[in-house]
Amino acid sequence: MSEPKKVSRRQFLNYTLTGLGGFMAAGMMAPMVRFAIDPVFKPAAAGDFHSVADVKEVTNEPQRFEWEVEQVDAWYESTIQKTAWVYRKEDDEIIALSPICTHLGCTVDWASNEEYPKQFFCPCHGGRYTKDGVNVPGTPPTAPLPVFETKVEEGMLYLGEEIAR
Amino acid sequence: MLQKLYDWVDERVDVNPIWRDIADHEVPEHVNPAYHFSAFVYCFGGLTFFVTVIQILSGMFLTMYYVPDIENAWNSVYYLQMEVAHGQIVRGMHHWGASVVTVMLFLHTLRVFFQGAYKKPRELNWIVGVLLFFVILGLGFTGYLLPWDNKAYFATQVGLEIAAATPVIGDMLRTLLAGDQSIVGAQTLTRFFAIHVFFLPAVLFGLLGAHFILIRRQGISGPL
Repeated sequence: MSEPKKVSRRQFLNYTLTGLGGFMAAGMMAPMVRFAIDPVFKPAAAGDFHSVADVKEVTNEPQRFEWEVEQVDAWYESTIQKTAWVYRKEDDEIIALSPICTHLGCTVDWASNEEYPKQFFCPCHGGRYTKDGVNVPGTPPTAPLPVFETKVEEGMLYLGEEIAR
Repeated sequence: MLQKLYDWVDERVDVNPIWRDIADHEVPEHVNPAYHFSAFVYCFGGLTFFVTVIQILSGMFLTMYYVPDIENAWNSVYYLQMEVAHGQIVRGMHHWGASVVTVMLFLHTLRVFFQGAYKKPRELNWIVGVLLFFVILGLGFTGYLLPWDNKAYFATQVGLEIAAATPVIGDMLRTLLAGDQSIVGAQTLTRFFAIHVFFLPAVLFGLLGAHFILIRRQGISGPL
Protein backbone atom coordinates (compact mmCIF):
# COMPACT_ATOMS: atom_id res chain seq x y z
CA MET A 1 0.00 0.00 0.00
CA SER A 2 1.38 3.36 -0.99
CA GLU A 3 1.00 6.39 1.21
CA PRO A 4 -2.51 7.82 0.63
CA LYS A 5 -2.35 11.25 -1.02
CA LYS A 6 -3.25 14.14 1.19
CA VAL A 7 -6.01 16.35 -0.15
CA SER A 8 -5.89 19.81 1.28
CA ARG A 9 -9.02 21.58 2.41
CA ARG A 10 -8.63 24.07 -0.46
CA GLN A 11 -8.23 21.28 -3.02
CA PHE A 12 -11.24 19.43 -1.64
CA LEU A 13 -13.40 22.54 -1.90
CA ASN A 14 -12.07 23.22 -5.39
CA TYR A 15 -12.96 19.72 -6.55
CA THR A 16 -16.42 19.66 -5.02
CA LEU A 17 -17.33 23.11 -6.25
CA THR A 18 -16.02 22.41 -9.75
CA GLY A 19 -17.90 19.11 -9.73
CA LEU A 20 -21.10 20.73 -8.55
CA GLY A 21 -20.77 23.52 -11.08
CA GLY A 22 -20.09 21.02 -13.83
CA PHE A 23 -23.07 18.95 -12.77
CA MET A 24 -25.34 21.98 -12.85
CA ALA A 25 -24.01 23.12 -16.21
CA ALA A 26 -24.48 19.62 -17.62
CA GLY A 27 -28.01 19.44 -16.26
CA MET A 28 -28.75 22.72 -17.97
CA MET A 29 -27.12 21.88 -21.27
CA ALA A 30 -28.30 18.27 -21.61
CA PRO A 31 -31.93 19.00 -22.60
CA MET A 32 -30.87 21.78 -24.94
CA VAL A 33 -28.26 19.66 -26.69
CA ARG A 34 -30.67 16.74 -27.04
CA PHE A 35 -33.23 19.23 -28.41
CA ALA A 36 -30.75 20.49 -30.99
CA ILE A 37 -29.59 17.09 -32.22
CA ASP A 38 -33.11 15.65 -32.40
CA PRO A 39 -33.26 15.43 -36.24
CA VAL A 40 -30.46 12.84 -36.15
CA PHE A 41 -32.57 10.62 -33.90
CA LYS A 42 -35.85 10.94 -35.75
CA PRO A 43 -36.85 7.61 -37.31
CA ALA A 44 -36.42 7.53 -41.07
CA ALA A 45 -39.67 8.08 -42.94
CA ALA A 46 -41.27 4.73 -43.71
CA GLY A 47 -41.05 3.96 -47.42
CA ASP A 48 -44.68 3.85 -48.47
CA PHE A 49 -45.59 2.49 -51.85
CA HIS A 50 -47.43 4.82 -54.19
CA SER A 51 -49.56 3.92 -57.16
CA VAL A 52 -47.75 5.21 -60.23
CA ALA A 53 -49.23 3.74 -63.41
CA ASP A 54 -51.19 0.94 -65.03
CA VAL A 55 -48.82 -1.96 -65.68
CA LYS A 56 -50.04 -2.09 -69.28
CA GLU A 57 -48.50 1.31 -69.92
CA VAL A 58 -45.04 -0.02 -69.11
CA THR A 59 -43.19 -1.03 -72.27
CA ASN A 60 -39.72 -2.24 -73.10
CA GLU A 61 -38.72 1.33 -73.79
CA PRO A 62 -38.02 3.48 -70.68
CA GLN A 63 -40.79 6.01 -70.14
CA ARG A 64 -41.02 8.84 -67.69
CA PHE A 65 -43.74 8.41 -65.06
CA GLU A 66 -44.67 11.03 -62.52
CA TRP A 67 -46.57 10.69 -59.28
CA GLU A 68 -47.24 12.76 -56.21
CA VAL A 69 -46.23 12.12 -52.63
CA GLU A 70 -47.50 13.78 -49.47
CA GLN A 71 -44.47 15.09 -47.66
CA VAL A 72 -44.49 16.09 -44.00
CA ASP A 73 -41.61 18.45 -43.33
CA ALA A 74 -41.89 19.15 -39.58
CA TRP A 75 -44.76 21.69 -39.42
CA TYR A 76 -45.02 22.06 -43.20
CA GLU A 77 -47.01 19.59 -45.23
CA SER A 78 -46.89 19.61 -48.99
CA THR A 79 -47.30 17.50 -52.09
CA ILE A 80 -44.11 16.88 -53.99
CA GLN A 81 -43.70 15.40 -57.43
CA LYS A 82 -41.57 12.34 -58.00
CA THR A 83 -40.31 11.00 -61.30
CA ALA A 84 -39.00 7.64 -62.45
CA TRP A 85 -37.87 6.05 -65.70
CA VAL A 86 -39.81 2.80 -65.93
CA TYR A 87 -39.47 -0.07 -68.38
CA ARG A 88 -39.98 -3.80 -68.65
CA LYS A 89 -36.98 -6.06 -69.03
CA GLU A 90 -36.92 -8.99 -71.46
CA ASP A 91 -37.75 -11.35 -68.58
CA ASP A 92 -40.82 -9.20 -67.75
CA GLU A 93 -39.33 -7.70 -64.61
CA ILE A 94 -40.22 -4.04 -64.17
CA ILE A 95 -37.36 -1.67 -63.53
CA ALA A 96 -37.90 1.87 -62.19
CA LEU A 97 -34.86 4.13 -62.18
CA SER A 98 -34.40 7.42 -60.40
CA PRO A 99 -33.78 10.27 -62.85
CA ILE A 100 -31.32 11.99 -60.53
CA CYS A 101 -27.79 11.85 -61.87
CA THR A 102 -25.37 10.40 -59.33
CA HIS A 103 -22.72 12.88 -60.40
CA LEU A 104 -24.13 16.22 -59.21
CA GLY A 105 -27.90 15.72 -59.12
CA CYS A 106 -29.09 16.92 -62.53
CA THR A 107 -31.98 15.16 -64.24
CA VAL A 108 -31.14 12.47 -66.76
CA ASP A 109 -33.17 11.74 -69.90
CA TRP A 110 -33.55 8.56 -71.89
CA ALA A 111 -32.14 8.75 -75.40
CA SER A 112 -32.01 12.54 -75.38
CA ASN A 113 -28.59 12.58 -77.01
CA GLU A 114 -28.68 11.49 -80.65
CA GLU A 115 -25.21 9.95 -80.41
CA TYR A 116 -26.33 7.60 -77.64
CA PRO A 117 -29.90 6.54 -78.49
CA LYS A 118 -29.83 3.55 -76.12
CA GLN A 119 -28.56 5.32 -73.04
CA PHE A 120 -29.62 7.70 -70.29
CA PHE A 121 -27.94 11.02 -70.80
CA CYS A 122 -27.30 13.85 -68.36
CA PRO A 123 -27.11 17.24 -70.11
CA CYS A 124 -25.09 18.95 -67.37
CA HIS A 125 -21.73 17.22 -67.77
CA GLY A 126 -22.46 14.53 -70.34
CA GLY A 127 -22.85 11.70 -67.86
CA ARG A 128 -24.25 8.51 -69.39
CA TYR A 129 -25.90 5.34 -68.10
CA THR A 130 -26.80 2.13 -69.88
CA LYS A 131 -30.43 1.02 -70.03
CA ASP A 132 -30.13 -0.85 -66.70
CA GLY A 133 -28.94 2.37 -65.07
CA VAL A 134 -25.29 1.48 -64.75
CA ASN A 135 -22.98 4.43 -65.30
CA VAL A 136 -20.82 4.26 -68.41
CA PRO A 137 -17.11 4.24 -67.43
CA GLY A 138 -15.27 7.37 -68.48
CA THR A 139 -18.25 9.64 -67.92
CA PRO A 140 -18.61 11.80 -64.77
CA PRO A 141 -21.04 9.68 -62.69
CA THR A 142 -19.36 7.29 -60.26
CA ALA A 143 -22.39 5.16 -59.33
CA PRO A 144 -25.41 3.64 -61.07
CA LEU A 145 -28.80 5.35 -60.92
CA PRO A 146 -30.79 4.37 -57.80
CA VAL A 147 -33.70 1.98 -58.39
CA PHE A 148 -37.15 2.26 -56.87
CA GLU A 149 -38.69 -0.67 -55.03
CA THR A 150 -41.45 -1.99 -57.28
CA LYS A 151 -44.66 -3.84 -56.56
CA VAL A 152 -47.55 -4.83 -58.84
CA GLU A 153 -51.01 -5.13 -57.37
CA GLU A 154 -54.28 -5.51 -59.28
CA GLY A 155 -52.68 -4.37 -62.50
CA MET A 156 -51.21 -1.21 -61.00
CA LEU A 157 -47.53 -0.46 -60.59
CA TYR A 158 -46.50 0.75 -57.15
CA LEU A 159 -43.15 2.38 -56.43
CA GLY A 160 -41.56 2.64 -53.02
CA GLU A 161 -38.24 3.73 -51.62
CA GLU A 162 -35.26 4.67 -53.75
CA ILE A 163 -32.34 2.31 -53.25
CA ALA A 164 -28.85 3.54 -54.03
CA ARG A 165 -26.63 1.01 -55.76
CA MET B 1 -3.21 16.66 -20.46
CA LEU B 2 -5.47 19.62 -19.77
CA GLN B 3 -2.79 21.15 -17.58
CA LYS B 4 -0.27 20.79 -20.41
CA LEU B 5 -2.65 22.44 -22.86
CA TYR B 6 -3.23 25.27 -20.41
CA ASP B 7 0.50 25.66 -19.82
CA TRP B 8 1.16 25.73 -23.54
CA VAL B 9 -1.30 28.57 -24.08
CA ASP B 10 -0.25 30.33 -20.86
CA GLU B 11 3.41 30.26 -21.87
CA ARG B 12 2.57 32.16 -25.04
CA VAL B 13 -0.21 34.58 -24.06
CA ASP B 14 0.10 34.71 -20.26
CA VAL B 15 -3.59 34.00 -19.56
CA ASN B 16 -3.13 33.79 -15.80
CA PRO B 17 -3.51 37.54 -15.10
CA ILE B 18 -6.53 37.69 -17.44
CA TRP B 19 -8.65 35.23 -15.52
CA ARG B 20 -7.27 36.43 -12.21
CA ASP B 21 -8.56 39.90 -13.06
CA ILE B 22 -11.99 38.43 -13.71
CA ALA B 23 -12.32 35.73 -11.08
CA ASP B 24 -9.92 36.46 -8.25
CA HIS B 25 -11.23 39.15 -5.96
CA GLU B 26 -12.02 39.59 -2.28
CA VAL B 27 -15.59 39.02 -1.22
CA PRO B 28 -16.13 41.38 1.75
CA GLU B 29 -17.42 39.74 4.90
CA HIS B 30 -20.71 41.62 4.89
CA VAL B 31 -21.73 40.21 1.50
CA ASN B 32 -20.76 36.61 2.30
CA PRO B 33 -23.77 34.50 3.37
CA ALA B 34 -21.33 32.13 5.13
CA TYR B 35 -20.78 34.84 7.76
CA HIS B 36 -24.14 36.56 7.82
CA PHE B 37 -26.97 34.55 6.38
CA SER B 38 -28.95 37.72 5.62
CA ALA B 39 -26.27 38.51 3.05
CA PHE B 40 -28.12 36.22 0.65
CA VAL B 41 -29.80 39.38 -0.63
CA TYR B 42 -26.49 40.14 -2.38
CA CYS B 43 -27.08 37.05 -4.55
CA PHE B 44 -29.99 38.51 -6.48
CA GLY B 45 -27.83 40.36 -8.99
CA GLY B 46 -25.80 37.26 -9.73
CA LEU B 47 -28.95 35.16 -9.94
CA THR B 48 -30.43 37.63 -12.43
CA PHE B 49 -27.32 37.24 -14.54
CA PHE B 50 -27.39 33.45 -14.20
CA VAL B 51 -31.00 33.25 -15.39
CA THR B 52 -30.18 35.70 -18.18
CA VAL B 53 -27.50 33.29 -19.37
CA ILE B 54 -30.08 30.48 -19.33
CA GLN B 55 -32.42 32.72 -21.35
CA ILE B 56 -29.72 33.42 -23.93
CA LEU B 57 -28.82 29.74 -24.28
CA SER B 58 -32.38 28.38 -24.40
CA GLY B 59 -33.35 31.18 -26.79
CA MET B 60 -30.50 30.29 -29.13
CA PHE B 61 -31.64 26.70 -29.19
CA LEU B 62 -35.29 27.63 -29.72
CA THR B 63 -34.46 29.56 -32.89
CA MET B 64 -33.29 26.26 -34.40
CA TYR B 65 -36.96 25.42 -34.86
CA TYR B 66 -38.88 28.67 -34.57
CA VAL B 67 -39.96 30.70 -37.63
CA PRO B 68 -41.13 34.33 -37.26
CA ASP B 69 -43.89 34.10 -39.82
CA ILE B 70 -47.61 34.36 -39.18
CA GLU B 71 -48.38 31.21 -41.17
CA ASN B 72 -45.81 29.06 -39.42
CA ALA B 73 -44.92 30.62 -36.08
CA TRP B 74 -47.59 28.84 -34.04
CA ASN B 75 -47.09 25.56 -35.88
CA SER B 76 -43.34 25.65 -35.42
CA VAL B 77 -43.74 26.33 -31.70
CA TYR B 78 -46.26 23.50 -31.47
CA TYR B 79 -43.88 21.22 -33.35
CA LEU B 80 -40.84 22.05 -31.26
CA GLN B 81 -42.80 21.58 -28.06
CA MET B 82 -44.69 18.40 -28.99
CA GLU B 83 -42.49 16.56 -31.49
CA VAL B 84 -38.91 17.47 -30.68
CA ALA B 85 -37.18 15.66 -27.82
CA HIS B 86 -37.03 17.82 -24.67
CA GLY B 87 -38.80 20.62 -26.54
CA GLN B 88 -41.12 21.07 -23.62
CA ILE B 89 -38.15 21.51 -21.28
CA VAL B 90 -36.23 23.92 -23.49
CA ARG B 91 -39.29 26.07 -24.18
CA GLY B 92 -40.27 25.74 -20.53
CA MET B 93 -36.85 27.06 -19.49
CA HIS B 94 -37.30 30.09 -21.73
CA HIS B 95 -40.94 30.62 -20.74
CA TRP B 96 -40.48 30.38 -16.97
CA GLY B 97 -37.01 31.88 -17.08
CA ALA B 98 -38.51 35.03 -18.55
CA SER B 99 -40.60 35.48 -15.43
CA VAL B 100 -37.79 34.46 -13.08
CA VAL B 101 -35.44 37.02 -14.64
CA THR B 102 -37.96 39.76 -14.05
CA VAL B 103 -38.56 38.68 -10.44
CA MET B 104 -34.83 38.40 -9.66
CA LEU B 105 -34.18 41.73 -11.31
CA PHE B 106 -36.88 43.29 -9.20
CA LEU B 107 -35.49 41.78 -5.98
CA HIS B 108 -32.00 42.98 -6.92
CA THR B 109 -33.39 46.48 -7.50
CA LEU B 110 -35.18 46.42 -4.14
CA ARG B 111 -31.99 45.37 -2.34
CA VAL B 112 -29.96 48.14 -3.95
CA PHE B 113 -32.73 50.64 -3.22
CA PHE B 114 -33.36 49.81 0.42
CA GLN B 115 -29.66 49.51 1.26
CA GLY B 116 -29.04 52.83 -0.39
CA ALA B 117 -26.37 51.16 -2.48
CA TYR B 118 -27.23 53.42 -5.41
CA LYS B 119 -25.83 56.52 -3.64
CA LYS B 120 -22.76 58.42 -4.74
CA PRO B 121 -20.46 57.31 -6.34
CA ARG B 122 -22.70 54.54 -7.71
CA GLU B 123 -25.51 56.62 -9.27
CA LEU B 124 -24.23 55.92 -12.75
CA ASN B 125 -24.45 52.18 -12.18
CA TRP B 126 -27.99 52.64 -10.87
CA ILE B 127 -28.86 54.40 -14.13
CA VAL B 128 -27.32 51.56 -16.14
CA GLY B 129 -29.34 49.15 -13.99
CA VAL B 130 -32.59 50.98 -14.68
CA LEU B 131 -31.83 50.85 -18.41
CA LEU B 132 -31.19 47.12 -18.04
CA PHE B 133 -34.57 46.82 -16.33
CA PHE B 134 -36.24 48.44 -19.35
CA VAL B 135 -34.32 46.19 -21.75
CA ILE B 136 -35.44 43.08 -19.86
CA LEU B 137 -39.04 44.30 -19.85
CA GLY B 138 -38.71 44.96 -23.60
CA LEU B 139 -37.40 41.44 -24.12
CA GLY B 140 -40.34 40.06 -22.17
CA PHE B 141 -42.81 42.14 -24.15
CA THR B 142 -41.41 41.29 -27.59
CA GLY B 143 -40.94 37.62 -26.70
CA TYR B 144 -44.55 37.34 -25.60
CA LEU B 145 -45.80 37.82 -29.16
CA LEU B 146 -43.58 35.25 -30.82
CA PRO B 147 -45.68 32.07 -30.27
CA TRP B 148 -48.43 33.90 -32.20
CA ASP B 149 -51.30 32.46 -30.20
CA ASN B 150 -54.37 34.35 -29.05
CA LYS B 151 -52.84 35.42 -25.76
CA ALA B 152 -49.76 36.75 -27.53
CA TYR B 153 -51.84 38.58 -30.11
CA PHE B 154 -54.12 40.38 -27.69
CA ALA B 155 -51.35 41.16 -25.23
CA THR B 156 -49.53 42.81 -28.09
CA GLN B 157 -52.66 44.76 -29.04
CA VAL B 158 -52.74 46.12 -25.50
CA GLY B 159 -49.00 46.86 -25.51
CA LEU B 160 -49.31 48.74 -28.76
CA GLU B 161 -52.21 50.77 -27.41
CA ILE B 162 -50.05 51.69 -24.43
CA ALA B 163 -47.32 52.83 -26.82
CA ALA B 164 -49.94 54.79 -28.76
CA ALA B 165 -50.88 56.64 -25.57
CA THR B 166 -47.48 58.39 -25.58
CA PRO B 167 -48.05 62.14 -25.96
CA VAL B 168 -47.46 63.66 -29.43
CA ILE B 169 -45.52 60.79 -31.03
CA GLY B 170 -47.85 58.01 -29.82
CA ASP B 171 -49.28 57.03 -33.20
CA MET B 172 -45.89 57.06 -34.88
CA LEU B 173 -44.44 54.92 -32.11
CA ARG B 174 -47.25 52.42 -32.48
CA THR B 175 -46.75 52.19 -36.23
CA LEU B 176 -43.01 51.86 -35.76
CA LEU B 177 -43.52 48.91 -33.42
CA ALA B 178 -46.34 47.23 -35.34
CA GLY B 179 -44.83 47.80 -38.77
CA ASP B 180 -48.26 48.82 -40.10
CA GLN B 181 -50.67 51.63 -39.38
CA SER B 182 -53.65 49.42 -38.63
CA ILE B 183 -52.72 45.74 -38.83
CA VAL B 184 -51.07 43.71 -36.11
CA GLY B 185 -49.76 40.95 -38.30
CA ALA B 186 -46.93 39.77 -40.53
CA GLN B 187 -44.74 42.82 -40.11
CA THR B 188 -45.41 43.08 -36.40
CA LEU B 189 -44.19 39.54 -35.88
CA THR B 190 -40.98 39.94 -37.88
CA ARG B 191 -40.24 43.24 -36.16
CA PHE B 192 -40.79 41.83 -32.71
CA PHE B 193 -38.61 38.87 -33.59
CA ALA B 194 -35.79 41.08 -34.83
CA ILE B 195 -36.05 43.29 -31.74
CA HIS B 196 -36.22 40.25 -29.46
CA VAL B 197 -33.24 38.32 -30.81
CA PHE B 198 -30.92 40.99 -32.23
CA PHE B 199 -31.52 44.55 -31.13
CA LEU B 200 -32.38 44.19 -27.46
CA PRO B 201 -29.79 41.45 -26.76
CA ALA B 202 -27.11 43.67 -28.32
CA VAL B 203 -28.13 46.54 -26.01
CA LEU B 204 -28.34 44.06 -23.13
CA PHE B 205 -24.75 42.87 -23.62
CA GLY B 206 -23.45 46.42 -23.78
CA LEU B 207 -25.26 47.49 -20.64
CA LEU B 208 -24.32 44.30 -18.76
CA GLY B 209 -20.67 44.91 -19.63
CA ALA B 210 -20.92 48.46 -18.32
CA HIS B 211 -22.75 47.26 -15.19
CA PHE B 212 -20.02 44.73 -14.37
CA ILE B 213 -17.10 47.01 -15.17
CA LEU B 214 -18.58 49.68 -12.92
CA ILE B 215 -19.17 47.31 -10.02
CA ARG B 216 -15.57 46.10 -10.26
CA ARG B 217 -14.17 49.61 -10.43
CA GLN B 218 -16.30 50.98 -7.62
CA GLY B 219 -16.47 47.88 -5.46
CA ILE B 220 -19.46 46.60 -3.53
CA SER B 221 -21.05 49.21 -1.30
CA GLY B 222 -20.11 49.03 2.37
CA PRO B 223 -22.13 47.38 5.16
CA LEU B 224 -25.26 49.07 6.52
